[in-house]
Amino acid sequence: MMSVAQQNGGSRSEARLLSAILIVAICLTLAPVLRLFVEGVTDQGSPSLTLMRDVLAQPSTLSALKHSLVTAGFGTLVSLVLGAAFAFLVALTDLRAKAALVFCLMIPMMIPPQITALSWTQIMGPSSVLLKTLGIAPPLGAPQPLYSPQGIIFLLGIQHMSIIFLTLRAGLRSIPQDVVEAARISGAKGLRTWWQVVMPLTLPSLAAGTAITFVTALGNFGIPAMLGIPAGYATLPTLVYQKLAGMGTTVLAEVSVLAMLIGAVAVAGILLQRLCQSRQRLHLVGSTSRPLALPLGAARLPVEILLWAVVFAILVLPMFGLLATSLVPAYGVTLRFDTVTLASWYEVLFRQPVTSRAFANSFGLAAGASAVLVMICLPLAWLMERRKTRLARLFDSLLDLPYALPGVVLSIAMILLLIKLPFTEATLYGTIWIIFLAYLARFFAVMFRPVQASLKQFDPAMDEAAQSVGASLYRRLRDVIFPLSAPAAAAGAILVFLTAFNELTVSALLWSSGTETLGVVIFNLDDSGETGMASALAMTIVFVVIVLMALIQLFSRRFPKGVVPWQT
Amino acid sequence: MADIDLSSVGKTFAGTPALQDITTRFDDGEFIALLGPSGCGKTTLLRILAGFETPSSGQIRIGTREMANAQTGVNLPPEERNIGFVFQSYALWPHMSVRRNVSYPLEIRRFSKSEIARQTDAALASTGLEAYADRMPSDLSGGQRQRVALARCLVSDPCAVLLDEPLANLDVALRATMQGVFTDFHKRTGATMVYVTHDQAEAMAMADRIAVMDQGRIQQFDTPQTLYERPKNRFVAEFVGRGTVVPVQEVTQAGGARQARILGAEVAVQSARAEKQVSHVCLRPENLTISESGDLRSKVARVTYMGGKYLLETVTDCGARLFAETRARFDVGAQLGLTITTPWAFSED
Repeated sequence: MMSVAQQNGGSRSEARLLSAILIVAICLTLAPVLRLFVEGVTDQGSPSLTLMRDVLAQPSTLSALKHSLVTAGFGTLVSLVLGAAFAFLVALTDLRAKAALVFCLMIPMMIPPQITALSWTQIMGPSSVLLKTLGIAPPLGAPQPLYSPQGIIFLLGIQHMSIIFLTLRAGLRSIPQDVVEAARISGAKGLRTWWQVVMPLTLPSLAAGTAITFVTALGNFGIPAMLGIPAGYATLPTLVYQKLAGMGTTVLAEVSVLAMLIGAVAVAGILLQRLCQSRQRLHLVGSTSRPLALPLGAARLPVEILLWAVVFAILVLPMFGLLATSLVPAYGVTLRFDTVTLASWYEVLFRQPVTSRAFANSFGLAAGASAVLVMICLPLAWLMERRKTRLARLFDSLLDLPYALPGVVLSIAMILLLIKLPFTEATLYGTIWIIFLAYLARFFAVMFRPVQASLKQFDPAMDEAAQSVGASLYRRLRDVIFPLSAPAAAAGAILVFLTAFNELTVSALLWSSGTETLGVVIFNLDDSGETGMASALAMTIVFVVIVLMALIQLFSRRFPKGVVPWQT
Repeated sequence: MADIDLSSVGKTFAGTPALQDITTRFDDGEFIALLGPSGCGKTTLLRILAGFETPSSGQIRIGTREMANAQTGVNLPPEERNIGFVFQSYALWPHMSVRRNVSYPLEIRRFSKSEIARQTDAALASTGLEAYADRMPSDLSGGQRQRVALARCLVSDPCAVLLDEPLANLDVALRATMQGVFTDFHKRTGATMVYVTHDQAEAMAMADRIAVMDQGRIQQFDTPQTLYERPKNRFVAEFVGRGTVVPVQEVTQAGGARQARILGAEVAVQSARAEKQVSHVCLRPENLTISESGDLRSKVARVTYMGGKYLLETVTDCGARLFAETRARFDVGAQLGLTITTPWAFSED
């Protein structure tokens, strides 16, 4: 006779495994955020709001807050105009080559912001190699027009237009086609259909996209750092960076208040986005199988040319700038047949020890984060789908936080949590492990959501069939659940790799000599005037990004719906 | 192989009872059908037997092993019950070939390679799937998939086979063929089988005994013939076969025979010996004969051709709707007389 505990083994082992993984996941993702909150409202261990009041009263804080709100706000407006125009045209009309257009529009989101900033500075200003070569460069001494609030706003707008595009397109696709057909049968024509039927139905998704774009723009570090620091124009993330880089961990308490300030604005945006998204679910009735394709008629070709011209201007042109800069022997030299040289490429890829170290670091961090997250997220997503406990549901609603919150916030939280490990004198600050743990926290949602989307469409009978023939939890995970959700896990892993490989915001605050990442190296190279090498490295990274994205695209037909983020 | 014992099994989902006080016994080697409308609890009962759900009360034994006991909290997980389960969606693993799907239970039981091959071949042969062994499930038709599912559950020699509406996704012609497959399978293996369905023709055709379920309770558990001829209550009478339940008046008892007034006519009725009082009778087409002199005057309301015969839906003068069968054709609105012969009577509160 078996004991009671053993007889209960099967369901208990599931419950035990769920709690174990859930605890690990909560420690990873939510503990840092909680730690930051505690830091902000205490002073040397006792609850106090004095520090918060002091920091918030500083003029530098207020001006940075104002700058953040202005750049993020107007940047979002630029994204909104560009992204919404593309989304309406792609989702509603009979444009050709939509898939290629969508893919190209996704690239700006995947290219790290510091590279976006670097590439745009290469096609503007007096020392632009491309402009000099074409003979249209402004005279020497003329200011770089991008080193200004307007430059930051413009690039933030381009960087994040894909977010608006994606959310709005998803919203448009969920509009049942018969709603539009009914309007046309009733006699509504062209713009009237759009204005009176489509537009009101898409407002919630448009609002949700706008809110999340604002939060992302607010947390952006690469663009305001590359453009704003030379202009002496600080936003909250760059202020935190400058304080921490200048004075080290002595200002930790002060910058955590700043981080909380960014976090508070961001959380407000996230809540707004959730509210809008829950509104959107109300009217999803009817067939959505056939996408809408309103005929553009004679306007189709001009519209297509215009759209591709915009794609060329925001995607290809800056890349030409980067390429030109990377091919001349010294910054500012004109690109001619006799001046072309691969010296910068050779130097940065093969000679500089710091870049090869950064390649190794970034590769190791990205690959390691993908692998660990697959191992955590796959069983966790499965068990959370099977056993919807209250804790699991709560975690489900909060796990996006470390990804949605600005990277600066998470970095400060990580430093606070790991600068002195509990019960020991050891510290992880300054080691590569703090970056690794921060990546696990930050990219948890990037891995978890695709896996969850695929497991939601998974027939539970598959698992029960294995259970009824005697397979233990471990065997079922290994033989049935893992192979069946492997495509989604692979897509998630590539996405995590992609984002972690280029990451700058988190590592900029957490790196130290020896633990540089690629993002940090590009930033530092540009900062120290090695623009040619920075450009060569940036081109390499852009190339890696496009190859990885193409890889996902290639296999996208094998993934369940909702796994590839730009195909939802 | 083993018999299945349930005592006072109940299940509540979020306060709503889905199963109430099920006490019954399925004998070794029996083919049992659980029959009922959707939401009656039949699938819940099956899933409790399999271990996918835990009962809120009562206990379950299969053979000598206690599977679940709500009092002591014992609940053997499905993987330790040695039960076969056939799913409505087949639940074949799409990433494994037919052969691997069938051999997987043996892999888990750590059989030797040669033993796995031998038993898998036997299972494939007995379901007529030898030619499809190396195909993937997506290359098979619905009927073939269901046969793979059957082969997979018989390969591990389970002590009972549970089937959850396995034919619901198949078309009518294939359903009849697969009924034959299940019956043959049952005869050959002698396994205890519990078969959930909402299709009474399916249950009647295959099962040794049928448990008719409604609102979480077993209403009657009998052979198909008994269910049809001697329903215990109004629900069974109306759910199984085509029947109209009408109240009776002035029941008189003379020796073993009972007389009652039904719709105004004096008729001899049959009933269970134990039944002290009867209140209703079940009128099936077999209990009604059409004649000019019939004492029940009624009007034809609808005529349905059933192939070789007609089903008449008639309305009597007092408003009752009765079904009669006839070889002759009647028109809607025609007046006719009906005679009732020995209907089955039962008591209903």
